[in-house]
Amino acid sequence: MTLTTDRPTAAAPARPEGGALVKQFEFGLDAPICLTWELTYACNLECAHCLSSSGRRDPRELSTQQCKEVIDELQRMQVFYVNIGGGEPTIRPDFWELLEYAIAHEVGVKFSTNGARITPERAAFLAATDYVDVQISLDGATPEVNDYVRGPGSYDMAIRALENLQAAGFSDAKISVVCTRQNIGQLDDFKRIADEYGATLRLTRLRPSGRGADVWDELHPLPEQQRELYDWLVAHGEDVLTGDSFFHLAAFGEPLPGLNLCGAGRVVCLIDPIGDVYACPFAIHDQFHAGNLLTEGGFGEVWRNSKLFRELRSPQTGGACSSCAHYDSCRGGCMAAKFFTGLPLDGPDPECVKGYGESALTGERTIPAASQDHSKSNPTRNEPVMLQLMRRRPDGQDSPATRPVSACAESPIAGFTP
Amino acid sequence: MLTHPWELSASVALRPEPFGALAYNFHNRKLSFLKRPELVRVVERLGDHPDVLSTLEAEGIPQEQHAAYVRALSGLAATDIIRPRTAT
Repeated sequence: MTLTTDRPTAAAPARPEGGALVKQFEFGLDAPICLTWELTYACNLECAHCLSSSGRRDPRELSTQQCKEVIDELQRMQVFYVNIGGGEPTIRPDFWELLEYAIAHEVGVKFSTNGARITPERAAFLAATDYVDVQISLDGATPEVNDYVRGPGSYDMAIRALENLQAAGFSDAKISVVCTRQNIGQLDDFKRIADEYGATLRLTRLRPSGRGADVWDELHPLPEQQRELYDWLVAHGEDVLTGDSFFHLAAFGEPLPGLNLCGAGRVVCLIDPIGDVYACPFAIHDQFHAGNLLTEGGFGEVWRNSKLFRELRSPQTGGACSSCAHYDSCRGGCMAAKFFTGLPLDGPDPECVKGYGESALTGERTIPAASQDHSKSNPTRNEPVMLQLMRRRPDGQDSPATRPVSACAESPIAGFTP
Repeated sequence: MLTHPWELSASVALRPEPFGALAYNFHNRKLSFLKRPELVRVVERLGDHPDVLSTLEAEGIPQEQHAAYVRALSGLAATDIIRPRTAT
């Protein structure tokens, strides 16, 4: 796939010598520094805003042996740690084996989980293991707010995992919160929960990616909430992790701690469960697909030489944003947020704090169709209630017109031609 | 710092990059960036010389840049990328 039509590039200048690190990052690194690896699309939950539209395992999922070969290559490339996610990664029967294998090969692991399998026994194992970080997802500081998007019982599941980790002596777990319109008012409560369990709070941005595209309009923070979030982040500084995901808020004033730059394909990328490599964790779409690590040359070849990543590492122009006084601080915001809301990649972010995104959203735009969906084809009791009111089934099977009233409602003479 | 023996911490790995190197401390999990190839060589060789000054001289770092190198090295010491060498 090519981005050239959407991202005009200037005549390619060479990488500068010395100077600001952020300039160096724009030209890419020899290996990623922030690599996300989704181990499976299978999940016990059906979160409304799932970035990877997870639910069902993909039959092409990498085998244990293939995963170990990927880890070997990451060790050779000196990728010092990976962020493992899914789906729910602990669902893989070989998850704990792969975790130990990675750590033994100098690839530290931070994994994201909804907590379902963080039993007292697993918590004790984790507490006894070096180079492993655990990140528990929690999108509300109360069951009402959390379970609304993550599904019934998911708040209790996360808290139980935090209790088990604390009881086992695992220090500094991470509580990972996707900031939404419903939970921005709970930031202090999240911090209190983190403090109570000796954990660190991590706040990240809601992206309109995966199933997130279906609920983004309802969940993404309102303009005044963005200001509230920014002020809260400035006040808490380095005590709160953000995955550098709020650089679009930098136009409010001083930049936030961390990298104020879109790292996609430059310092960041994503490996999906079948070995496909995408520019970033929020961009699982053909448009951002760089290659597959099962092809010759493996992950290293995709990282170093894929056409997409080479394009992302060539200097970008600001397009409609270049005349804005704040372009240097926000750099036009998040590529994935623009793409999945149907906005041009060289224009403002949909959540541009100067309001240019809002006006762009009211104009003509086409939201791109998903290029993969591993959502469960039939909802289970874990499905968040909001979805039953909102979501269209991709297969259209729950249209009332096509649903038989009962199994025996078919005409007894159907298919009979006298 | 100039007259003391230093070395690369044992828990640190250096990954070469076009601008210099990336340093990762497996112990405290902190990532640092060495923004010049010359600085990377200095950091790698610290342990081979009696002190910082002789390392800078051996690597051909001009005297007028020594202060800047000491500042950079102090930054790396703060995240335990390099540490004072104790007699062995």
